[in-house]
Amino acid sequence: MKVIVDEERCVGGGQCVAAAPDVFDQRDDDGVVVLLDPAPPHERAAAVREAAMLCPAAAIVVVDT
Amino acid sequence: MTSDVLIVGASVGGLTVAEALRRGGHTGRLRLVDPDPHPPYDRPPLSKQVLTGLWPPDRVRLRTPEQLEALDAEWVWGRAERLDAAARTVELDGGRALAYDTLVIATGLVPRRLPGPEPAGAHTLRSLDEALALRHALPDAGRVAVVGAGVLGCEIAAAARTLGREVTLVDPGPVPMARHLGPELGGRVAALHRRHGVRLRLGTAVTGLVGERGRVSGVALADGEVVRADLAVVTIGSVPATAWLENSGLALADGIVCDARCRAAPGVYAVGDVARWPDPVTGVGIRVESRTNATEQALVVAANILGDERVHAPVPYFWSDQYDTKIQVHGRVGGGDRVRYLEGTAADDRFVALTESDGGRTTAAIGWNHPRGARTARAHLTAAPSQP
Ligand SMILES: Cc1cc2nc3c(=O)[nH]c(=O)nc-3n(C[C@H](O)[C@H](O)[C@H](O)COP(=O)(O)OP(=O)(O)OC[C@H]3O[C@@H](n4cnc5c(N)ncnc54)[C@H](O)[C@@H]3O)c2cc1C
Ligand code: SF4
Repeated sequence: MKVIVDEERCVGGGQCVAAAPDVFDQRDDDGVVVLLDPAPPHERAAAVREAAMLCPAAAIVVVDT
Repeated sequence: MTSDVLIVGASVGGLTVAEALRRGGHTGRLRLVDPDPHPPYDRPPLSKQVLTGLWPPDRVRLRTPEQLEALDAEWVWGRAERLDAAARTVELDGGRALAYDTLVIATGLVPRRLPGPEPAGAHTLRSLDEALALRHALPDAGRVAVVGAGVLGCEIAAAARTLGREVTLVDPGPVPMARHLGPELGGRVAALHRRHGVRLRLGTAVTGLVGERGRVSGVALADGEVVRADLAVVTIGSVPATAWLENSGLALADGIVCDARCRAAPGVYAVGDVARWPDPVTGVGIRVESRTNATEQALVVAANILGDERVHAPVPYFWSDQYDTKIQVHGRVGGGDRVRYLEGTAADDRFVALTESDGGRTTAAIGWNHPRGARTARAHLTAAPSQP
């Protein structure tokens, strides 16, 4: 799977970090999402999909590869 | 699973239930009903980027047309007007009746209005069309009055100020956002708006709008003063959109009364701003008006429709953007709570604070221009005490 984040939409709540901490992080100053792993392994797929659904800004898009 | 699922209200709550159902293996019929002419969109940017003009209106779309297509759902444009829970049918405007096996109610809220006449130039804000109407009117407004200094009113005041309007923010409470932040942090919101040149008229109730020749000319206060304005935005809270459920047999009490699994009746679920369910720890009925609650609750509802028995036990969360300030609250601030600063101080423009109740419980973690700190401070929250 491939993950795309839209930094301009991100509102910095960090729901993605809580759901999948090894795939997402937040910048220190403004809390905007940092994508740690744009191609997460299969075992992370469920957590990443959950993060995309929970994101309150629809800023995470998951593309199946 | 092949049953027939009908979702009334196709905004973030309803849409997320639909997506989670498909993801969870629901292969049966899926229908979403909504009278809003626009494809599903997000509301938080309406009082922020859309009002200031930073975003073109179509940026608020929640999904691309391809993503909506992939959902393999039927989109019904219409308004639900009646529910017959015994016969399992929903009647729409125009008389159409839709039968279902499982019903999900996600109809959100309707803005509360002031009593009395509503002259031209009076606005409320819930939908994209209302946001566009307000955005269209703001540049020509001389004086703007925002009635109600809750989260929405504060954001609208900030947007109107950012556009250079002369703004008065009116509220009966002692500080803005008092209910969400308490007196001390609400005082910081007051200072923020004063610094940006908003006139605050606090501590006095509004009795109604004043009009001249059918147009708004001011806002009348209980002490006799009239705040002059040619545009008024009324943000005095919202009520659950449940008028269509009167006499349906569902229990209504400021929202649709559900069990902890978000079930209102056999085969009927409620989700998002419209749903009331018992806090799993205290047993007290709660209703949460926030963007993250709608999605979290939607995942619970979808799982339960698919046969799970999940209880909805969220940590409430909301954020608000005003000017360049980002406020984030995990948990819920209680009226008499004390504020303890974890990072920064009361004088700083960037801090993380906790609020603590008299009983010593940590009720909320608050970030002021400090998103990451607010999230990590969430670990300090203590669970609400159980009912004795
Ligand atoms: C301007 C604005 C700014 C906001 N900003 C923030 C923010 O910064 N942070 C935050 O956490 N939250 C914010 N919120 C709150 C957040 O948007 C809501 O919590 C969220 O939209 C709730 O989703 P929902 O699906 O429950 O209801 P809604 O989004 O209200 O959707 C309800 C849907 O039901 C439809 N409907 C209503 N009645 C019927 C009927 N009879 N038949 C069929 N369909 C019907 C409506 O057309 C609507 O599409 C904001 C809300 C607004 C209005
Ligand atoms: S959940 Fe979404 S909005 Fe929140 S930090 Fe992650 S990407 Fe940004």
